[in-house]
Amino acid sequence: MAVAPGVRDASEVAEEISSGRLVTEEMLLNVGPQHPATHGVFRLLATIDGEKLVDAEPVIGYMHRGYEKLVEQRDYRQITNLVSRMDWLSNIQNELPLAMAVESLMEIEVPPRAQYLRVIMCELNRILNHLMFFASFGAELGAITPTFYAFREREDIQMAMEAATGGRMHFGFFRPGGLKEDVPRGFIAQALKGVRQVIDRLPDYENLLLGNEIFKQRTIGVGVLEKEVAYSYGVSGPIARGSGIDFDVRKDEPYLVYDQFDFQVSTAPNGDCFDRFWVLVHEVVESAKIVEQAFEGLPSGPVMGKVPRVVQAPVGEIYVRSENSLGELGMYLISDGDRRPYRLKIRTPSYNNVSALGHVLRDTFVSDMIAILGSFFFVLGDIDR
Amino acid sequence: MPEIALTAWQILLVKVLVILTIVPVGALAGGYAEHKVMAHLQHRLGPMYPGGFHGWATTLADGLKFLYKEDIVPDAADRKVFSLAPAAIFVPVLMIYLVIPIDRNLIVEDLDVGIFYLLAVGSISTIGVLMAGWSSANKYALIGALRSAAQLIAYELPIVLSAAVVAMYAGSLSVIDIVEKQNFPFAIWPPGIGLIAFLVFTTGAVAEMTRVPFDMPVAESEIITGPFTEYTGMRYIFSHMFAEMGHMVAFAGIGVTLFLGGYKPIIPWSPLEVVPGVIWFGLKFALMIFLFLWIRPTFPRVREDQLQKFAWKFLIPVSLVLVLAMGAWVLYV
Repeated sequence: MAVAPGVRDASEVAEEISSGRLVTEEMLLNVGPQHPATHGVFRLLATIDGEKLVDAEPVIGYMHRGYEKLVEQRDYRQITNLVSRMDWLSNIQNELPLAMAVESLMEIEVPPRAQYLRVIMCELNRILNHLMFFASFGAELGAITPTFYAFREREDIQMAMEAATGGRMHFGFFRPGGLKEDVPRGFIAQALKGVRQVIDRLPDYENLLLGNEIFKQRTIGVGVLEKEVAYSYGVSGPIARGSGIDFDVRKDEPYLVYDQFDFQVSTAPNGDCFDRFWVLVHEVVESAKIVEQAFEGLPSGPVMGKVPRVVQAPVGEIYVRSENSLGELGMYLISDGDRRPYRLKIRTPSYNNVSALGHVLRDTFVSDMIAILGSFFFVLGDIDR
Repeated sequence: MPEIALTAWQILLVKVLVILTIVPVGALAGGYAEHKVMAHLQHRLGPMYPGGFHGWATTLADGLKFLYKEDIVPDAADRKVFSLAPAAIFVPVLMIYLVIPIDRNLIVEDLDVGIFYLLAVGSISTIGVLMAGWSSANKYALIGALRSAAQLIAYELPIVLSAAVVAMYAGSLSVIDIVEKQNFPFAIWPPGIGLIAFLVFTTGAVAEMTRVPFDMPVAESEIITGPFTEYTGMRYIFSHMFAEMGHMVAFAGIGVTLFLGGYKPIIPWSPLEVVPGVIWFGLKFALMIFLFLWIRPTFPRVREDQLQKFAWKFLIPVSLVLVLAMGAWVLYV
C-alpha cells in the first residue's frame, strides 16, 4: 500500500508503541487574530502536541493605529482625547500622564480640587477596569455568572462617570491645567453608592470564583511568572504584584495627591494565575478606600489652573509615569516649543506584560493557555497603540 | 366508545410521529427553561424582553434567527460527512425516547433490555461528533471532537455502572420493571447506595451532555465551539443546541426513571396515588431539569486532564464499590 510522505506505516507505529515512545506529530495552531479569548485582534502562534502546548509565540500589531505619530500632528488639547483611546478600559487614566507632562513643562499649578477629582476619577476607572477583567477571566474559565454580576456592579459607577463627563467610554475629562469642568450635583452620592455596592457584594463574588474548588485547580500553580522573569520583561501592575513585586507608582513615586491617602499595595508571592487574579480583586477594595477618603477630603475651589490661551509647551523633555489599571503607563514628551509635541513616546503596560507571555505559556495545556491569557489582563489597544 | 383498530404499522407510525413532535418541542421547552433559569440566576436582562410579557418569545426569536442563517459548508470540508454529521448526532437522541416510561402504559416500547438500549443508543451521538470534527477540516473542530470522544469513554462507564446498580436492585433490565420495583425512589432507598449512585449518574450525565463544568469539547473560550465551529444555521441548531437539549431532556427522563421512581408517587401512600403518574413524572422531571440547569451558572470549566482524572480515579472506582455494595445488599438484606 502506498503511504503518503511523512506518514509512517503500521509496523513502524506498532514498534514505537511497543517500545513505549510513540512519536506524535506536532500541530501548528493559529490562535487568533480572531478568537474569543483574545478580546480583540491578538494572534498566538501555538505549537501543540495533543492537548499540550509545546511553544507559543505572541504576534502583535493587528491593531496598530499609530497614535504616537498622530499626536505629533495635533495640539495638546486634542491629544488628551486621542491617548484616551489607547486602553479602552482605563481611558481616563490614559489622559492623566499626558496632562501631567504638559503641566510640568509649562509649570502650571493644578488646583487641589482638580487633583482630588482626578484621583477619584482614576480610581473609579480602575474599579471599572478590574471588574471587567474579573468578568472576563471567569468567562474564560467557563464560569459565565461572574460576567453578569460584574457588569451589574459596574453600571452605577459607569453612570456616575457618565454624569460627570458625558461619555461612557471615552471621557475626555482631563485637560492640561485641570479638568474640563466641575462634577455635577449628585455625583458624589451616586459614585459613593456605586463604590459601596461593589464593596458590599465583592465578597460574594470572590467566593463564587476564588472559593471554588474547580477554579483553584485551574489556576493555582498554573502559568507561573517568576519574580526575576517579571523584572527582566519590565512587567508591572497587578501581574507584577501577583509575582511578589511590591511596586506601585502610586505608592513608590506618588503623583497627584496619592500620598495623602491610606491604602495598601496588594501583593501575592507565587506568580500563578490565582495570585494575579487575587491581586486584581483586592485592588478593587483598595481603590474603593481611596475614593471614599478622597470624597471626605475633597476641597472646594476651581478645577482649572491658570492656563494661557494657547497651550504651548516650552522646549524641553520630560518623562511622566502613573499607575494605570494594568501597570505603569509612561509618557516621554519632547517639546520643541510648538503647540504640538515634537515626539511622544508612550510606554504602555500591556505591551511589556504581554511580552512575557511566550515564557509563561511554554509547556502548558491548551486550556491553561486560555487561563493564562485571561490572567494577563491585557487590552489590545494598549499593546499596539 | 367505539374501539379503534389499528394495524401494527399504523401504531408504529403514530408512535414515530409522537416522538418526532415531542423531542423538538421538548428541546425548545428545555431551551426556554434554560433562558429563564439562567436569566434569573444571573441577572440577565435580555431574555426578559422579546414578546413583551416576561420575554415569552425569547426561544422563538432565537430559533427564527438560526432559521434565517445561511447554510455554509467550508470549501475544504468533506461535504457528505459534514452534512450527515448533524443527523448522526440528532437521530440517536430521538431514539432514547423510545423506552422512557411517562406513565405505566405511556411508553413507546417496553424492551426487555431497556436500560441496555438506553445507554447504548445514548452514546452513538459521539460518532456524529467525531464525524463533524473530522470533516470540518478545522483544527479547533478536530481538537473538540477528540476531546468529546475521550470524554465519552471516560464518563460512559460511571453511567453504565450506576445504572447497573439499579438493575441489580430491580433484578431486571426493563425500565417498567425497574420503576415498579421502587416503592421508595431508589435515590432514597436503599440508604446511601442509591443516593451515591444517583450523584454519580448525574455527574456522568452532565459530562455526556458536555455541559459546564464538563464542556471541554465545546469550550467556547478555548476552541470556539469545538466540533461545531464550522456549522451554521439549522445544522448548528440540530448538531449542538437540539442535541444538547435533547440529551438533557432524555437524561432527565432516564434519571427520573432509574433513581426517582418514575411515574410513582414519592412515598408509597395510597392517597397520593390519586394523582396521575404523568404528573408525578412531570414534577420529578422538572426537578431534574432544574438541577442540570442550576449546575451551569455555578461552576467554571475543568481542564481536560483533570476531567479524565476525575472520571478514572474517582467516579469509576466509586461506582465499582457501589456495584459491590449493591451485590451485598441484594444477597444479604
